[in-house]
Amino acid sequence: MRKGLAGQRLVAVFLAGMLLLNYPILSLFDGPERLFGLPLLHVYLFSVWLGLIVAVAWIAERGAR
Amino acid sequence: MNKKVLIADDEQNIVISLEFLMKREGYEVLLANDGDEAIQRIRADQPDLVLLDVMMPKKSGFEVCQEVKADPALAAVRILMLTAKGRDTEVAKGLALGADAYMTKPFSTRELVDKVRSLLEQ
Amino acid sequence: MLPGWLIIGASFAYLLLLFAVAYFGDRRADEGRSIIANPWVFSLSLAVYCTAWTYFGSVGRAASGGTWFLPTYLGPTLGLALAWLVVLKMIRIARSHRITSIADFVASRYGKSHLLGGLVTVIAVVGIVPYIALQLKAISSGYALLIGEHDSLFRVESQAGWWQDGTLYIALTLAAFTVLFGTRHLDTTERHEGMVAAIAFESVVKLAAFLAVGIYVTYWLYDGFGDLYARAMAAPELANVLAFDGVGRLGYGGWFAHVLLAMLSIIFLPRQFQIAVVENVNEQHLRRATWAFPAYLLLINIFVIPIAIGGLLHFGRGTVDPDTFVLTLPMAHDNAALALFVFIGGLSAATGMVIVEAIALSTMVCNDLVMPMLLHSRRLNLAGERDLTGLLLGIRRGAIVGLLLLGYLYFRLAGEAYALVSIGLISFAAVAQFAPAVIGGMYWRGGTREGALAGLLSGFVVWGYTLMLPSFAKSGWLDPGFLEQGLFGLAWLKPEQLFGLAGWDNITHALFWSLLANIGAYVLVSLARVPTGAEATQGALFVDVFRRGESPPASFWRSGAEVRDLVPVVARFLGQRRTEDAFGAYARTHGLRDVSELKADPELVHFAESLLAGAIGSASARVMVSTVVQEEPLGLGEVMDILDEASQVRAYSHKLEEKSRALEAATAELRAANEQLKELDRLKDDFMSSVTHELRTPLTSIRAFSEMMAEDPDIDVEDRQRFLGIIVSETVRLTRLVNQVLDMAKIESGHAEWHNTDIDMRELVQHSVDATMQLFRDRGAEVAVHMPASVPLLRADHDRLLQVMLNLLSNAAKFVPTGAGRVEVTLSCDDARVRVDVRDNGPGIPPEQQPVVFQKFRQGGDERSRPQGTGLGLPISRQIVEHFGGRLWLESVPGEGATFSFELPLASAAAVQ
Repeated sequence: MRKGLAGQRLVAVFLAGMLLLNYPILSLFDGPERLFGLPLLHVYLFSVWLGLIVAVAWIAERGAR
Repeated sequence: MNKKVLIADDEQNIVISLEFLMKREGYEVLLANDGDEAIQRIRADQPDLVLLDVMMPKKSGFEVCQEVKADPALAAVRILMLTAKGRDTEVAKGLALGADAYMTKPFSTRELVDKVRSLLEQ
Repeated sequence: MLPGWLIIGASFAYLLLLFAVAYFGDRRADEGRSIIANPWVFSLSLAVYCTAWTYFGSVGRAASGGTWFLPTYLGPTLGLALAWLVVLKMIRIARSHRITSIADFVASRYGKSHLLGGLVTVIAVVGIVPYIALQLKAISSGYALLIGEHDSLFRVESQAGWWQDGTLYIALTLAAFTVLFGTRHLDTTERHEGMVAAIAFESVVKLAAFLAVGIYVTYWLYDGFGDLYARAMAAPELANVLAFDGVGRLGYGGWFAHVLLAMLSIIFLPRQFQIAVVENVNEQHLRRATWAFPAYLLLINIFVIPIAIGGLLHFGRGTVDPDTFVLTLPMAHDNAALALFVFIGGLSAATGMVIVEAIALSTMVCNDLVMPMLLHSRRLNLAGERDLTGLLLGIRRGAIVGLLLLGYLYFRLAGEAYALVSIGLISFAAVAQFAPAVIGGMYWRGGTREGALAGLLSGFVVWGYTLMLPSFAKSGWLDPGFLEQGLFGLAWLKPEQLFGLAGWDNITHALFWSLLANIGAYVLVSLARVPTGAEATQGALFVDVFRRGESPPASFWRSGAEVRDLVPVVARFLGQRRTEDAFGAYARTHGLRDVSELKADPELVHFAESLLAGAIGSASARVMVSTVVQEEPLGLGEVMDILDEASQVRAYSHKLEEKSRALEAATAELRAANEQLKELDRLKDDFMSSVTHELRTPLTSIRAFSEMMAEDPDIDVEDRQRFLGIIVSETVRLTRLVNQVLDMAKIESGHAEWHNTDIDMRELVQHSVDATMQLFRDRGAEVAVHMPASVPLLRADHDRLLQVMLNLLSNAAKFVPTGAGRVEVTLSCDDARVRVDVRDNGPGIPPEQQPVVFQKFRQGGDERSRPQGTGLGLPISRQIVEHFGGRLWLESVPGEGATFSFELPLASAAAVQ
């Protein structure tokens, strides 16, 4: 897993997370829009966060097999 | 007292020729057609010499030879082995088992007779 | 609000529970049934990251800056994604070198340098002690709030109440707890299972408490997320909670810096290193933690914004300190029980941090500060025989008590000052200084001791100047003038706008300059010279830890040592029994009966050194071992030679492995081919031997009779006639044999000629029966033939098939009983094939002999009555039938006769041409 596909996937998730959670992409979601009555930014941040966790979980636990 | 010679072979024609030869030399001839019979005759009649074919039914010549040499009561019995298989290993095996002499088929009748004579004179 | 005795009672009850968990954990560890050998427990124990600062402070940050509390948790989430690559390597390195702290890690990497270990320890202590103070403050002010020592805005009133000394007791209680579970005995791995179990337990408690208050505020006080947000949007003063850059000072650069800072701190905070690397039981647990720990962080943060909104809606902005919302909201609604639970949750967050941090720092202080000093001082007779385990434990216990007292002292001094409130991120920035030396050391061989020293030192100095000193100045301890005008009035030296860099918040600003100085100095100074032998050795061992596998590192010095000198040195620090156990185990793994058979080769010296390293740090261990081992350090060239050689050997061995696998495969093939050849050879040998025998037997008779008649003219005519008859019949036998052997050889080699014609099997069967009739008559046997009215024509060689039939019939004739023989020949056919059965009523063939009869020279039947034959008839017949695509087989029940059958395909027989 270390040098294998899973390792590369984890790096990719890390880079994706760095991109999604920083300027400039982050700034796209900092507006007055609302989603389900919640600020778009809050929904976006928590969704990306959850997405990252799920992605890492999928990669890490798959590799365990 | 005539010497007793047992001829043990399963080939009838060879038995006939050997019997003729031995009788001509003045020996008393006994016959056996297979290994078991050969052992029985040897124990029963205590021949002085056995002309023993290797390839025989029931018991091979090697087995007969081994049995005879293992029995102290039969120490006086001399064995001349005959085989149609000419391989050196067969000869070596026969001699290792205690055969006194060894001849391969087809043999020279004169040589055979000489060998039998010398074995019996020892 | 609540009586003091209740809160103190509940707190002590909680600590007792913690104590019980830790005790149970240690007991189970001693029994070898670890309760922490579980990926979930490992993930939970990592949550020691969430301290009182985050427990209370997140809501405060959310109240003032909306989502700005998040980078502290998003950073670890991203960092953990890389943990399987980076932290796994750290774990592997730490394990193979018995590294027990981050200071030891750095010291060990750069040639086991005392100076580096000491510097890292100093940075860690300076950076972390205020952080410990913050935890104490959180507990004490929480306590003050609960017992009601506050005004209507929940401001803690009395600064001199007796509870302030209560904080001292808290510090001492925590110190006692830490001493009990952190320094129970000296262990070469420096692992504390009970403590880890307690920390995991605390993580559950603080999560439960925070979720409880979150749910209480969101769903009890208000009507869920939608309601809270709707109210927040209606209140203009809450707009900054909802938008990104509400505070308007940090910007996206600051956001990135905070994420990066938190990402680094999750690895380099001493307590995180302790839990993630040193206390790790099984590196596979890391796999679960890479997502389970971030999931924990997500969970504990879901209600942060709702609580902040709830607090602001209830109290209004600028009244009650948002940092206390988790406590004051339940209190304002008279929910004392929940407030107490929340307080216990905060207590668990604070104690967890303090305990682990104190253990980690005490190990560093002992191994990397005190031990080196003792080693250098002449007064400690290190060459003596005294057992030093007690001394070591004493130093550690002293260090723990000292650290907590320092924390208390800082708390007393700082109080509500800025220097304490903002310490969380300042601490993070301090430990971030370890990153270049550690990460660089793990992936770059070129780093040197001076480079690491220069990097750490510059980073630390810049950090102190741009963060620590300003925080002192803001607390009023220093003249704030240098903040405004810069040091010596030089504007470009303004600590928060160094070189005129403005527009960033202080953390981002400090992080940028300190890491720039740190990395710059580390790289530039490292590049100034070639690494020494020791640095290159450690560098290669760290960088290539995965490639080297689990095998002990190669040794890079020549040494002359005696086992009887080595053992006592280790025993003085580890204790006699532990040392004997360790060396005994080492001897056994090397196949020796006991320690006395050990040879002090470099591997043993390394083993002794790593044992010591676990107890006193790698640099001190190096010094101690060198007192008894005469070592001749290898020069860089020699070390490089060894390393090159090692990597070449690795490459070679890899190639060799591949080659040998290929060779093995080839060998297996060859062996199989050889077996086949041998088998063929044996068969050929048997065949030759059989042929020889079959040829010699008739020759023997012929020669004997011929010689007899030639030599003896006196043989009478009758005998002469008989002998001549024998000679003739033996000659016939010989001829037949030669023909059949040739026939067999031709068919087998494929050189036989086949004259195919259209055959009527009826005619062929009848012909063969007629031809053999005389044989049957001689034996008094009957032959019955059953044939259908017509059969399709078959394309095959007529003579060959006739040969098969004759062979089967003559065999039958030989075996049927004289006078009562009965043979049945049956011809049948269907659309596809023609079949012939020849059935006799002879003795039959026993099952074990049935396959044999088709082998060459293996005649069936009772040997006694074995008829004349070459033993080649059936094998040849089978070859012929198979040549035409058919098969020949035998069915027989002993005593009931035998049936030989063959069948030939109608279509394909024609195709064979």
